[in-house]
Amino acid sequence: MSLLRVRNLRIELRTRDGVAPVIDDLGFDLAEGEAISLVGESGCGKSMTALGIMGLLPQQIGSIASGSIEFDGEELVGASERRMREIRGNEISMIFQEPMTSLNPVYTVGEQIAEVLRAHQNLSRSAAWNAAGDLLDAVRIPNPRSRLADYPFQMSGGQRQRVMIAIALACRPKILIADEPTTALDVTVQAQIFDLLRDLRRETGTSIILITHDMGAVAEMADRMIVMYAGRTAEIGPVDALISHPRHPYTRGLISCVPHIQVPLTETRDELTEVGGVVPSLSEFGADACLFASRCVHRTDECDSRRPGPIAFGPDHTADCWHAEAL
Amino acid sequence: MRALLEVRNLQVRFAVRRRGILGPRSYLRAVDDVSFTVATGETMAIVGESGSGKTTAALAIARLVNAAGGSVSLEGEELLGLKGEDLRRVRSKVQFIFQDPYSALDPRRRAEALVREPLDALTDRSPEVKQQIVAELFAAAGLHPEQLRLFPHQFSGGQRQRIGIARALATRPKLVICDEPVSALDVAVQAQILNLLRRLQTEYGLTYLFISHDLGVVQHMSDHVAVMYMGRIVEYADRIRLFNRPQHPYTAALLSAVPSIDMSKRSRRERILIPGDPPDPVNLPQGCRFANRCPIARDICTSREPALIEIEAGHSAACHFPGELALQESRHQSS
Repeated sequence: MSLLRVRNLRIELRTRDGVAPVIDDLGFDLAEGEAISLVGESGCGKSMTALGIMGLLPQQIGSIASGSIEFDGEELVGASERRMREIRGNEISMIFQEPMTSLNPVYTVGEQIAEVLRAHQNLSRSAAWNAAGDLLDAVRIPNPRSRLADYPFQMSGGQRQRVMIAIALACRPKILIADEPTTALDVTVQAQIFDLLRDLRRETGTSIILITHDMGAVAEMADRMIVMYAGRTAEIGPVDALISHPRHPYTRGLISCVPHIQVPLTETRDELTEVGGVVPSLSEFGADACLFASRCVHRTDECDSRRPGPIAFGPDHTADCWHAEAL
Repeated sequence: MRALLEVRNLQVRFAVRRRGILGPRSYLRAVDDVSFTVATGETMAIVGESGSGKTTAALAIARLVNAAGGSVSLEGEELLGLKGEDLRRVRSKVQFIFQDPYSALDPRRRAEALVREPLDALTDRSPEVKQQIVAELFAAAGLHPEQLRLFPHQFSGGQRQRIGIARALATRPKLVICDEPVSALDVAVQAQILNLLRRLQTEYGLTYLFISHDLGVVQHMSDHVAVMYMGRIVEYADRIRLFNRPQHPYTAALLSAVPSIDMSKRSRRERILIPGDPPDPVNLPQGCRFANRCPIARDICTSREPALIEIEAGHSAACHFPGELALQESRHQSS
């Protein structure tokens, strides 16, 4: 049985020009211990999906209009704020892109880790402090006990992200949502954080939802991926299958527009494939057409007149494109 | 090929607050004894992680921060001592493309004024000629003439970077310094800007000093590459040699840390782990600056700092045991 089951999710955002569906008919499953990745450009709805699951959509502006998010058999859409508070941090937790701004600068990292444990697990002050030391050790910070008294500014970016991971994992959540966890970090530090997340996943069996725009990171970390475009699923399936044979032109574009490291490197240097144009504006979201059409080289009349539905390639690989079979 | 830019023993240091008013003044050596040459028409890339000094080196070359020592010569003319009118004349030959197109453009000026600004400040051409140059660059950068009168907020990130590029080319510079020109942009837009930069290089015969932390981008754009770590160049080579046969363990580690989408290579490749963080830049260790993270460090590495020496023609590394790590890796692969 799947741990997280999202069906027909629609998240609406109120803008000056009316209501726009920033997530439109999204559905996916996350199994226990599985790692999936949400991939796409900024504005495609990756983070909105995460905030929707966490019940953290901006009040008065964003709301879940329809659909269901089932966590461990329990419906989260419409759950009370009190229940969501119990789930957040305890069962589902999240780490963010900016380890610099996500930590409180006026509290020591020990206090910030202990706070979670005291709030969710009713540990005493000293027990929580001890547990915080163990957590820092688990995320491989050297001399964990003495570093507990450090303030965030005394740590490097990579160490701060480790502290964020320690906070997120403090209550042994079933799902960890990592929103661009390494974008602000150097590549060698990124490799360390990925290694850490992989090890923790193996040790604790935590499921991971990785949000990123980097196909390389997806390939290293995830089992399956969901390529999102303008709030809709473009393609969903196993990472290997999508990379070796992408069926949606957008997936194809995301893979080929990035200069990947070549081994061995040769003299030939081809032009990079461009995905022309830009993401459509919010006012165009929700139209009964393919929203990628304006940037697509395979565009036909059909793309402008009807929204493509999922076309299946194998048991768990689908692409929402009228021309997917030909690609 | 003729050398356009020659940098010799460049030093940039920043004063760090001293302990008490009588304490010794200490310095952070952001760029420490850096030398390299850029040939006319090529792209020389400087890679390194944050804090390695790559941007500071570029700023010093463009005379946007003061160098503490060394020499920078462009077409044989020394730039570091220039003042007043001489400096203004040289500025038109060295232009900068900045990382963040959102903060690099004055929000209150129209696109045409932004592109024209370097012409106003650094040249004395007639208004008609300026107008003509702006229109031409606008087209060359892939922008539409009807966008000339728009303000920066009316453009997307990629279009803003196009304005930044047009602006940098306005004075027909010899050297264009591109400081992380795509790292603030969405992946799909990065390709457009990288292709544009390469197209303009051929069209206008530009020489690029290309600063980036993204090895994929560097591999695609560069002709020569210098790898910086803690203010020093640790390896320098042409692009093929650097990526295929890295000699410095830091370069090898950096390359192995890049996530790959190639399944077959991912399983075969052994990641070189460099644990920990770089040393405190104010109190640098005595020996090699990379020694505390280096997987092949030995006694000599913590006592004596290795010099950047040529291993074969055109390929230098600052390591006591160059090539050793890369060799181990390939042996590992074949077994």
